[in-house]
Amino acid sequence: MAQMRYREALNAALREELARDERVVLLGEDIGVFGGAFKVTDGLLDEFGERRVRDTPISENTIVGVGVGAAMTGLRPVVELMTINFSLLAFDQVVNSAAHIRYMFGGQVSVPLVVRMPQGAGHQLGPTHSHCFEALFLHVPGLLVAAPATAADAKGLLKAAIRDDNPVIFIEHESLYGVSEEVPDGDELLVRFGRARTVREGSDVTIVGVSRMARTSERAAATLADEHDVSAEVIDPRTLRPLDLDTILASVAKTNRCVIVEEGWPHGGVGANLAALISEQAFDDLDAPVRRVSGADVPMPYSKPLEDAAYPHERDVVAAALAVLERPGAPAGGD
Amino acid sequence: MPALPEPAAAREWLASMTLIRRFEERAAEMYARAKIGGFLHLSIGEEATIVGSARALRDEDYLISTYRSHGHALVRGTPPENVMAELFGRVDGCSRGRGGSMHMFDLERRFMGGYGIVGGNLPIAAGIALASDYKQTEEITLCVFGDGASNQGTFGETLNLAALWRLPVVFMVTNNQFGMGTALRRHSAVTDLQRKGESLGVPGTRCDGMDVLDTHRVISESVERVREDRRPLLVEAVTYRFRGHSMADPEQYRSKEEVEHWRERDPIPAFGDLLVREGVLDEAARAQIDADAIARVDAAVEFADASPLPAPQSLYEDVYVLDREVRGSYSLHTTELRAGEAEAAEQDGAGEAPAHEDEIAQQMTDALGIADEAS
Repeated sequence: MAQMRYREALNAALREELARDERVVLLGEDIGVFGGAFKVTDGLLDEFGERRVRDTPISENTIVGVGVGAAMTGLRPVVELMTINFSLLAFDQVVNSAAHIRYMFGGQVSVPLVVRMPQGAGHQLGPTHSHCFEALFLHVPGLLVAAPATAADAKGLLKAAIRDDNPVIFIEHESLYGVSEEVPDGDELLVRFGRARTVREGSDVTIVGVSRMARTSERAAATLADEHDVSAEVIDPRTLRPLDLDTILASVAKTNRCVIVEEGWPHGGVGANLAALISEQAFDDLDAPVRRVSGADVPMPYSKPLEDAAYPHERDVVAAALAVLERPGAPAGGD
Repeated sequence: MPALPEPAAAREWLASMTLIRRFEERAAEMYARAKIGGFLHLSIGEEATIVGSARALRDEDYLISTYRSHGHALVRGTPPENVMAELFGRVDGCSRGRGGSMHMFDLERRFMGGYGIVGGNLPIAAGIALASDYKQTEEITLCVFGDGASNQGTFGETLNLAALWRLPVVFMVTNNQFGMGTALRRHSAVTDLQRKGESLGVPGTRCDGMDVLDTHRVISESVERVREDRRPLLVEAVTYRFRGHSMADPEQYRSKEEVEHWRERDPIPAFGDLLVREGVLDEAARAQIDADAIARVDAAVEFADASPLPAPQSLYEDVYVLDREVRGSYSLHTTELRAGEAEAAEQDGAGEAPAHEDEIAQQMTDALGIADEAS
């Protein structure tokens, strides 16, 4: 085990895969000379050269499309978009090209492309740099969606993403880049897609936390145990597509109650989707309605107290868990 | 006048243009008879741009096109049977009935597809060229798009990036005078389209897209220059589509006189006349080329009509490359379609039992159980 920051874990994954497979190339704005806006690609240009680590113009749609074309003809490109908000400029190539090409051309070709980007609030970057769009990408058949919450998963999932033959949307979290954690050694650390991580075992309530919210949920579970005598099981799906629904349903069968925590917007969100799946497939297991904790239904504001109020915190998750358990101290009815 | 190619090649060019023409005419008929759904964009009038440019390529070069792409598939050698079957939505279609008129594809022949989004193919062309360059091959990519696409963001973005990275792409803007129903002078501030790449580092030139010889000459020169210099070029092929934008176009934006004026320059009779004048063909051989094209298209229609419609169970095939190590579900679907996925996985495994076969079986059982409870 080595102690490593989330960004260093990503860097290690890229370095190892660049070294392992000549077909891997990196494309992105400021990933080379500058070392990456969040320093994820730091040092890779020096190590692998301009042929493999390419600074691009600020042309998000075209960068992704270039990745698609190169992936169709034998490379395994990893495209970095500076933040997830900028991916909206690339949505045509992400959806109409990356996601659809294999299907619309009758399976003749695959698109082994990874598009990496960070999401998330907390740095007062306002409405065009702070959002969480897991749900937008989850919506699209043809894409895989990974959202690592730990340094170990960041490394293991990114390596698995690069080796996958499907287009992968790889969603990092801006506020996690500096988090330092134990990461297993070895080039071959892979975290297989479609396998949820049980962050903490428990018996009273299942809390599903996505991306950074897996960590917020873990802290909430500790508080629930310490202060409320509640045993919460926390599950991090790690990949939203493919989705390890079995692990979530097995947990719900055990606890009979479920809270889903995400940072994105509530309408049509990851939680809305998951709540529907749970109610369709495990209705008889539920002793209370599934409850969602999500980002506020507003564009992300700049001012600190407003920004804080616009994404979920540990206290919100604790309150939601108490509410599904119908414990005193929980908010009555809705939030 | 540019020199004629070898007689065999000249005859083949005429035959290819004629095949595209006859194919498109039959496609229009089949559309009117509801054998073909959706949109149908015909390239009648633009055959010289297709054949003249594609014949400037080597087999290992790539061609990528737009939603008006039947001719591009045919010129690369995709059998007309499979192109027609695609229009008919049949399993033998070149995209297995998933793509339709706008999304032809033939990887084996390096026809990298028709794309339904205006300008959507430009970045992909640059990516293909990046891979060619990366692999240190001599391959180039010919990227065809319409005058309307020259206003898309991808035009500026891709030309800039291709010039910056010295990617081997020939960008060919097929100027057929209209972005759908909007005339060139009403949609582009610069109507001299060959100049639109200049400020992006991509020099341009122009060819007469109604003349297969001129198109071939200019594209050949551009292709070889790009192959040699590793710098992209832009070629404007000036042409005209004789039919509407699609079959659903009443053509109220242009006059009959204008269409007639361009029809007088129809590239197929013009080239046929030239070959007869130059003694490459006699009239009987010319008539035979046409008869052969008609017969080939008849056979294509017959084949397409006999080809099965896809089974609904195949709906979920080829959305993903399935990985045995993946435990979670890729797609959400009903019981029958989970069965379809299991079959797809089995086929994919080429006889060997997938490692997670039991998991799929379990999923199916679970899904069945749920379905039973629900009903």
